[in-house]
Amino acid sequence: MNPDILVIGGGLHGLSCALQAARRGASVLVLERHFLGRHASGSTAAGVRTLGRDPAELPLSLEAAETWHKMAELVGDDCGFKACGQLQVAEDDAAMASIAARVTRLEKQGMHHEKLIGPDQLRELVPAISPHCAGAAWAPGDGSADPHRAIRAFRDAAKRAGVNIIEQCQVLSLGRNGQSWQIHTTTGDFSAAVVINAAGAWADKIAKMAGEPVRHAIRTSMMVVTERTGDVVRPVISSFGRKLSFKQTAEGTLLIGGGAQGRLAADKQSASVDVQALSVAVQAAVRLFPSMVGTRMVRAWAGMEAMTEDHLPVIGFSDQAEGLIHAFGFSGHGFQLVPSVGRVVADLAIEGKSNQQLDAFNVNRVSEKGVALC
Amino acid sequence: MNYDVVVIGAGPAGMAAAVKLAKLGTSVCVVDEQPAPGGQIWRGVERNATSPVFNALGEDYQKGSFATAAFHAAGIDYQPSAQVWQIEDGWKVFLTAEGKSRCITAKAVLLANGAQERSVPFAGWTLPGVMTVGAAQILLKSGGMLPEGDVWIAGAGPLPLLYATQLLELGGKVAGYIDTSQKPSLKALSHLPAAWRDFPGLMKGLRWIWKLRRSGKLIRGIHNLRATGEGQLCQIEWESKGNTHKRDAGVLLVHEGVVPRIHETMALGCDHDWNDQQKYFAPRTDEWGQTSRKGIFVAGDAGGIGGWKAATVSGEIAGFGIARFLNIGIDAEKLRRDAALDDRRKRATALRPLLDALYAPPQTPIADDVVVCRCEEVSAGRIREAARASAPDVGAVKAATRCGMGPCQGRQCGYSVQALVAEVNNLPVGDVRFFNIRPPLKPVTLGEIATLQDVEL
Repeated sequence: MNPDILVIGGGLHGLSCALQAARRGASVLVLERHFLGRHASGSTAAGVRTLGRDPAELPLSLEAAETWHKMAELVGDDCGFKACGQLQVAEDDAAMASIAARVTRLEKQGMHHEKLIGPDQLRELVPAISPHCAGAAWAPGDGSADPHRAIRAFRDAAKRAGVNIIEQCQVLSLGRNGQSWQIHTTTGDFSAAVVINAAGAWADKIAKMAGEPVRHAIRTSMMVVTERTGDVVRPVISSFGRKLSFKQTAEGTLLIGGGAQGRLAADKQSASVDVQALSVAVQAAVRLFPSMVGTRMVRAWAGMEAMTEDHLPVIGFSDQAEGLIHAFGFSGHGFQLVPSVGRVVADLAIEGKSNQQLDAFNVNRVSEKGVALC
Repeated sequence: MNYDVVVIGAGPAGMAAAVKLAKLGTSVCVVDEQPAPGGQIWRGVERNATSPVFNALGEDYQKGSFATAAFHAAGIDYQPSAQVWQIEDGWKVFLTAEGKSRCITAKAVLLANGAQERSVPFAGWTLPGVMTVGAAQILLKSGGMLPEGDVWIAGAGPLPLLYATQLLELGGKVAGYIDTSQKPSLKALSHLPAAWRDFPGLMKGLRWIWKLRRSGKLIRGIHNLRATGEGQLCQIEWESKGNTHKRDAGVLLVHEGVVPRIHETMALGCDHDWNDQQKYFAPRTDEWGQTSRKGIFVAGDAGGIGGWKAATVSGEIAGFGIARFLNIGIDAEKLRRDAALDDRRKRATALRPLLDALYAPPQTPIADDVVVCRCEEVSAGRIREAARASAPDVGAVKAATRCGMGPCQGRQCGYSVQALVAEVNNLPVGDVRFFNIRPPLKPVTLGEIATLQDVEL
């Protein structure tokens, strides 16, 4: 089983790359160390958000947004996507001024996915919100999806497209042999012309094996899910300047996240919940929705994902090794980008180029200079 | 608040350990879910001392009075009606009592939180009117309540026998007792000689069985038990010698043994071993009850099912072990020898191999249409389907089906899901891991979490 393209990492980005490369005729193999979507993809709040994106990510994000609205065309299922909109609330005048400045700047650049709304319209959209909120940025085309359903949909679509997937398979070493990569794993040895590094929190390990040491931190964002409760809110809510994201799922549970960080184990192989850090997000949620104080939390968890210094992903060819493409470092906001990043990486793998401007995502931003190659 | 030791649970093991530790001069806090000490075995023992049920509950139950008296006399900081919902490194124990959350810290934590009934799904097990023998016994011990109507008991192990005896003693009625255990194998009988070391225990069990047999209500050699009814239990059915039997039933009490409560040690990342005979995980400990995580100790049934006598001894051993860990200048080895704890443990566990062999957990595959996860209403069929499409890992099945995502966090369905994943992948059950256990260990409100900002450490 020696494929044209070997994808390391069976998260959503790896599966999306694999699917879109296979659709164009490549033979593709995905290797996943645990099970598909074990880490970031299975731990995400699954926000589908263009709102508040870094300008460098916006072209990819707007392309992805279009796909999310017709996701069934890509993977045969809507992945639980609901275009319920995303709201970034301003809890004081300073926050309102910052939001207004951003929306004005976007509009000047000809981008109209965010709109500024005042307190009355905010309350119309979210009647339960605390009266102290001054207004919000509103992205009506945004929304959220079901991450587990998305994993299954991308997996099944990839399999239908002919992608082979091996789970519980760990890559032990990578070596270049003439025109191809030799990949030594716990399941056996493979060779492939192109390797895609979509290894999430372990992307630095893979990069190092491939002879291109990079540095990234590991983000351990925590999430809380509550018991099922009556209708509280339809859009996904965040609060400007605060660590909070908040939504109600299709099941009726409330999901609270926003980037409060858990504890990374010493061996960097797992992360656990730090409830006092978590309480910052919960406090922020309760401040916006005071009626939730009596709602019971059912479960909390911490996901693991690579985070770069500038919080932008690394997408593109390796600087050092031929036939190596990176797609990692999404720094806590990669879920929405899954369809477009997969398309771009498939372009790179098959055609050697992409129509998207990828300079901001260049791997040299995170290269470990002066480290001996191994 | 800061202590040397936090003990979680005030049953036989927790009380025994706490008393020893207090006598050795350490500061101990005992956090207990129950409103009074005693654990499950001695639930309500102080209040029931003057109640008519006291005699019917038997001699072992009455012995609890001495244990709780010694516990109260030891000057231990006791926090009843408190739920521990998270334990973090540095040993911070987060708990809720009287609607407020707080955090206490300790150098060592003893988990003496006992066992839970093994959940064995069968057709109709979620119908109102079907409950566990353990739950029925809680009602008996805490309010003297007896079930009414056509009461059926179906199960295996000492607890349903004991409960049926207690029920009859108190004038309750049993419509029938269905013994679901398999015929004792030669291997089981080979444990009989060793069991004589606990002669009174052996005789007690035999007395219970004789009593039941005399009542003419004992039914054996059945399979495929199911409960039927529209929104409420009406009838039970089973097959025996090729015939289907149907009986009216108002209450069906079921029990298939107990398993250690491992959510706490699992959440803490302690190493666990698989007990293949009894089909459960138990935390791996050293000879002092310390787990693979330094400062986290386990005693009693939480470390492996042994019953209350063994729990008491393991509590005392863990007490000395913790004192040794705290390095307070005692000779723990000598104290252990002087109290003959290892001999006492041998006697207390003499009956266990026979019981374990007699009452092995049922191995009948769960039918596809039976609900396994009752929180999220996930059937065995859906679990099998998800398991066929993913790596042999319960985490993947949980993500795909939501089984184990409800408020009980897989306490009910964990072992069933594990067995189904093993069955689909043709693996030994013990080779499939358990669910990842996430906080909170007990439900806690958003308001309580939000106010943790103000908690002093």
